[in-house]
Amino acid sequence: MGLLKKKTVLPGFGLSLGFTLFYLSLIVLIPLSAVFLRTTELSWDEFIAAVFSPRALASYRISFLASLTAALVNAFFGLILAWVLVRYPFPGKRVVDALVDLPFALPTAVAGITLTALFSANGWFGEWLEGTLGLKIAYAEPGIVVALTFIGLPFVVRTLQPVIEELEPELEEASAILGASRWQTLRKIVFPQLVPALLTGFALAFARALGEYGSVVFISGNMPLRTEITPLLIVTKLLQYDYAGATAVASAMLAASFVLLLLINLLQRWSRRYQNAN
Amino acid sequence: MKKTLSLFTGLLLAGSSLLNAKDIELLNVSYDPTRELYVEYNRAFAKHWKEKTGDDVKVKQSHGGSGKQARSVIDGLQADVVTLALANDVSALHNKAKLIPEDWQKRLPQNSAPYTSTIVFLVRGGNPKNIKDWDDLVRPGVSVITPNPKTSGGAQWNYLAAWEFARQKYGSDAKAKEFVAKLYKNVPVLDSGARGSTTTFVQRGVGDVFISWENEAFLAQREFGKGKFEIVIPSISILAEPTVSVVDKVVDKKGTREVATAYLEYLYSDEGQDIAGKIFYRPTNPKFVKKYETQFPKLNLFTIDEKFGGWTKAAKDHFADGGTFDQIYVK
Repeated sequence: MGLLKKKTVLPGFGLSLGFTLFYLSLIVLIPLSAVFLRTTELSWDEFIAAVFSPRALASYRISFLASLTAALVNAFFGLILAWVLVRYPFPGKRVVDALVDLPFALPTAVAGITLTALFSANGWFGEWLEGTLGLKIAYAEPGIVVALTFIGLPFVVRTLQPVIEELEPELEEASAILGASRWQTLRKIVFPQLVPALLTGFALAFARALGEYGSVVFISGNMPLRTEITPLLIVTKLLQYDYAGATAVASAMLAASFVLLLLINLLQRWSRRYQNAN
Repeated sequence: MKKTLSLFTGLLLAGSSLLNAKDIELLNVSYDPTRELYVEYNRAFAKHWKEKTGDDVKVKQSHGGSGKQARSVIDGLQADVVTLALANDVSALHNKAKLIPEDWQKRLPQNSAPYTSTIVFLVRGGNPKNIKDWDDLVRPGVSVITPNPKTSGGAQWNYLAAWEFARQKYGSDAKAKEFVAKLYKNVPVLDSGARGSTTTFVQRGVGDVFISWENEAFLAQREFGKGKFEIVIPSISILAEPTVSVVDKVVDKKGTREVATAYLEYLYSDEGQDIAGKIFYRPTNPKFVKKYETQFPKLNLFTIDEKFGGWTKAAKDHFADGGTFDQIYVK
């Protein structure tokens, strides 16, 4: 209660909180609860059977692993990309900056088809990767990671950019003057300030990848137990008019994603402990 | 007063003349490989309808995996007619949403299948893996392209044709299941629809043999020239009967029943049958069966009613959750 009563300078707290709750319910909670409601058509045993069937379990594994891998790749290269885009002037910077947003705007099916054409055995990359190195990308697990990396890139870059812009170069200079090596400055001064934003970007890219369907179905090969992602399994169930089974798998995925995102949020809070010290 | 009256009559006349030449729009929800067929057929029907009634009719097409298309209609896509890959997907409109009456299949001749097709193999030029019949598809090292039977009507025909081949050759359903399981071990990609599989095989160069609709195989061969792909006719295959129906709930709401019914009936006319034959569908009218006789290879065709006890049973035995298709993947 004390939390709600706290006086602020700006008016309208009650009204805006009310609106926030109403809006969130309308846009997020009601549609999501419809998912859970639909699963109540199943008995408990049927629900367990649908959620823990071997095909569903295999699909969670591939979905979570591929999304995690893609988000990690994005976190690493996205950080570098964001750093370069903010800190260094170079010709064509604006174009590169605009390119980062492309995966946002491109219909995911187009991305999927393009990536498949590039990475399949007769494509530009695939010819070399598969022919020379024997690495199968399209129609195999790595293809899924490639597609998910593509669509997740902007999330990391766009969350990091404003934070990097806010970094004060004076801190780095001070660190250098006080005798820190460049590596120490990076590790102890710069990086801790970026961690919260990096985690946010990572979480966004991860969440986006978990739900991705359009681009993956083209490149993954869709083999049950091997390259069938959970969203595809859900769609397959829908196509068989098994709405309850589809929502059962969806709710399992939703619950798992929610827990993971919550954990990432907690981690973020913990990583911010220095900033909020005062 | 007189002036307003004449103005009124004028308006009325203008209105009625507009009414006389109506602009009608129909939506035909179809499955994957019928694009070319309906592009041509819609043009022919529009001309026919204009001559007959003076109305302009524009038919919009929607294509996709047959099961997916049926579900869109059930979920509210306002299709005046459906022209799907198999009777079971049309029946779903009755079973799941009561959009059409139960006896829909009796409303048009030949069980509402104006044209038929079958399942053949498309292989790469020169047939490097020497594929002749179904049992070549289970050889180790042969890579087979076919869509996912859970979502594609065409793939269900493929699956059942392979099953029946093995049942006749090896004598039992258990052996047939083993055979089909071995065949699917050779499948590297399961696309959701027939057109997706064609792209995988033709454009991406994946696979040695593509189990395909006959019409799709002919189209691919025509488009890319005979040297690049060859059609292989198996010893036995299934007579695929793509079925059509008016969607009663939709046409009654939109007031398009008459034109939608005529649209489907015209498929059985001389012109409709001729177009079907030209786009490599097998006509059902004997006159056109004869005309296109040389175009289609002769092979031993069986129907699903003879060998699998009809679609409802086949779908339940093989493609429902826990059916034979699930069993061959999940041991």
